[in-house]
Amino acid sequence: MDRLDQLESQSIYIFREAFNRIENIAMLWSLGKDSNVMIWLARKAFFGHVPFPVMHVDTEKKFPEMYDFRDRYADEWNLNFIRELCPPIEEVDQTLPPAARSASRKTAGLKAAIQKHQFNALFAGIRRDEEATRAKERVFSPRGQTGQWDFRDQPPEFWDQFKTEFPPGTHVRVHPLLHWTEIDIWLYTQRENIPVIPLYFAKDGKRYRSLGDQDITNPVESEASTIEEIIEELSTTRVSERSGRAMDHESEDAFERLRADGYL
Amino acid sequence: MTKAQADTAMKVIEGGKSVGNARDLLRIVIVGHVDHGKSTLVGRMFHDTGSLPDGKFESITEMCKRRGVPFEWAFLMDALQAERDQGITIDTSQIWFKTDQRDYTIIDAPGHKEFLKNMITGAAQSDAALLIIDAAEGVREQSRRHGYLLHLLGVRQVAVAVNKMDLVDYDKETFDRIEAEYRDYLRSIGVEPTFVIPVSAREGDNIVGPSTNTPWYKGPSIIGALDSFQPKSDPVDRPLRMPVQDVYKFDQRRIIAGRVEEGVIKVGDELLFSPSNKTARVESIEEWHQVPGRKAPTQAEAGYSIGITLDEQIFVERGEVISHVEHSPIETDVFRARVFWLGKEPMVPGKTYRLKLGTLDAPVTVQSIETIIDTSDLSGTSSHQVERNQVAEVVMRARRMLALDEFETSPKSGRFVLVDKYDIAGGGIISMEGYADQRGLITARSSNITKVEHGIDEQARAFRNGHKGGVLWFTGLSGAGKSTLAVALEKKLFEKGYNVYVLDGDNIRHGLNANLGFSPEDRAENIRRVGEVAALFARAGMIAITSFISPYRSDRDRAREAGGDDFHEIYVKADVETCEKRDPKGLYKKARSGEIKDFTGVSAPYEAPDMADLEVDTSAGSVEECIEQLANYVEARFKM
Repeated sequence: MDRLDQLESQSIYIFREAFNRIENIAMLWSLGKDSNVMIWLARKAFFGHVPFPVMHVDTEKKFPEMYDFRDRYADEWNLNFIRELCPPIEEVDQTLPPAARSASRKTAGLKAAIQKHQFNALFAGIRRDEEATRAKERVFSPRGQTGQWDFRDQPPEFWDQFKTEFPPGTHVRVHPLLHWTEIDIWLYTQRENIPVIPLYFAKDGKRYRSLGDQDITNPVESEASTIEEIIEELSTTRVSERSGRAMDHESEDAFERLRADGYL
Repeated sequence: MTKAQADTAMKVIEGGKSVGNARDLLRIVIVGHVDHGKSTLVGRMFHDTGSLPDGKFESITEMCKRRGVPFEWAFLMDALQAERDQGITIDTSQIWFKTDQRDYTIIDAPGHKEFLKNMITGAAQSDAALLIIDAAEGVREQSRRHGYLLHLLGVRQVAVAVNKMDLVDYDKETFDRIEAEYRDYLRSIGVEPTFVIPVSAREGDNIVGPSTNTPWYKGPSIIGALDSFQPKSDPVDRPLRMPVQDVYKFDQRRIIAGRVEEGVIKVGDELLFSPSNKTARVESIEEWHQVPGRKAPTQAEAGYSIGITLDEQIFVERGEVISHVEHSPIETDVFRARVFWLGKEPMVPGKTYRLKLGTLDAPVTVQSIETIIDTSDLSGTSSHQVERNQVAEVVMRARRMLALDEFETSPKSGRFVLVDKYDIAGGGIISMEGYADQRGLITARSSNITKVEHGIDEQARAFRNGHKGGVLWFTGLSGAGKSTLAVALEKKLFEKGYNVYVLDGDNIRHGLNANLGFSPEDRAENIRRVGEVAALFARAGMIAITSFISPYRSDRDRAREAGGDDFHEIYVKADVETCEKRDPKGLYKKARSGEIKDFTGVSAPYEAPDMADLEVDTSAGSVEECIEQLANYVEARFKM
């Protein structure tokens, strides 16, 4: 069994566990490469179907290419698609630095959407290798009433036995891609022929490695204009994936605080 | 290529062409006592192999400066603010690097006893382990405990790094002493480390290449030791095990979903579902979106999450185990386990937890706590409860039959977790030592049987005999007085006009059960037959008195089921000391000397009844008093 088969099988197992154990679950679709792989894996797990809603929490500040992609594949992949908007930026804590304020706005939109639809759990496509606090995540990660992450006391998780029992009111994040790396995502996208937003490919010496809001996401220097070249680039690069995401870098624990508050 | 992928608005990927094929991946956990230098070693490994992301070294330097502490490699993985501020690893983390040979996921596990659940979370995901011991401090409590837990978690490949060699001037004797001590310990739990390596993570000795500070050391560096680990192999050559994870009916297909944990499943195979004992054949293996160049699957190996359809529409549900008919899992309602406890509340006998084994979810009760194991010297002590972070041998009982395996033969279906309320409170591995596979005892062997109705009902028989028929099932330790009482009671009841007969262990083994030995399965079958025979006597209108130790609750419950309403469990009670003093057949003496193995009360369990119909205490009363008690009981319940 090769590495991609192993990763795929583990993700399918996680999807099926969550779908069986948790009522009223939905999937977050950020439109990026990871969440597209995540939808693909769900279709594998459920034999062509995605048996739960797929939700985009929209900041309305994404790249036009992302919206084109969303509108097209929501339809083509036959998704039960939900779009929810984030509150206006003026309603967010004005003392936060600009990028953190954007992230905080997204968190607020996410919490409101969860509340509105009464979702007990959400599939989210985060990976351990993206960022150091995500490296400490669990596959089934419980959140408190207000969405906060208690990283000091996470449940034990071993032998593929996940925490699936919760007191009423707990919300759960389920992470089917937690064990994947950036290069795995591209290798799998290549193997499976999964559609990709063109912003990931280099134009004029720059490309996006990670996609977020237009105003707080920067491209990296790159000549990689095909998946093959991206894989080649990633096997030698020493630049971190989220280096172009401003919200991670405003202070030493910027991202930890965002996550503790409910950010993905 | 579909229309979607051919669209020019999207970036299209050429299928089938592949550059970097996915490299092999090995997951390594770094464990050891707190402050023995786990995080530092990881930092050093990354630095010396050029694996640090750009700017990481500088940002760590900056973080340390801000806190006014010397440069600290641990900050590479200790991502949480609380971890950096307190200088300890709270939760497990992962980081990636590669050698020429393959890719690695490095799992850092906390060494603090307090965070054992996080250590287990990290270690259970690994294929191999690197265990770190401080050369200046030597082997400590968590060095041993972590070694023990690795073994319990099923991690079989271990290398040992004796760190901080710079603090002991790279002294060979210090190293040799630690190596000998720790190898002895690991050997006692059945682990043979691949290498024991002298290193200094701070100074970079023997991390990537050989160090001039340890000319006496001829083995590999840390990186060399990692590269020498064998890649994980999936258990394809073992009997098939596939727990049913779910049953889907999204379209016209009814798909049984699950992951093949061990063995291989093929289209056309006859499958057995346990514990329901239903069978069906594999009609197809279902798949969505085939990988270009691959055929539709006709078989699936261990490791794959698959879906199958069956040739018959039988009712199966999540939690059942799929196997081939000839290599089925064990069916039992009782098993022995070695557990590690993580619960906030201690584990106590009589308490019911939720057992999660594969996809099975069932209530189980702690029947007994046999021993608490001290992981530092493997000695055992008895206790009435298992505290958090302790390891213990326990016996668990379920309310219904479970399909499972022993951990030694089938690790994936021989391990489980226990859930207390909402939380995973412990994990354990299964052994059936002393307990029988009960599959043969419950499975009807022939289906072409029609019951014949009797022309005379039990009421008519009772009316003629002047008493009802029934079973008096005597259970108790050897020497408790079962046979003495049975024979005396038989005589007394006979004199009073009862139709009564004693079924005694040795007598039955001479005839009906002459083909049975003393294995757990044969012992269980022995009792099953006695239970059925006693029930026939009862239906014929007689009172059958059975005199068997019958130590297992499952066996007695089965006899009760056969006997129905007229079954009376009589606990002939005397403690082991009293019985051993009596020792009418000299058996205790032989058991103590080891001549008889698995002797109930000495080297095998006796599961006392928790709700006997009558309890007769032979250490408190004389034979006459006990017979009086029994005779009164019979008069009250059997006389017409």
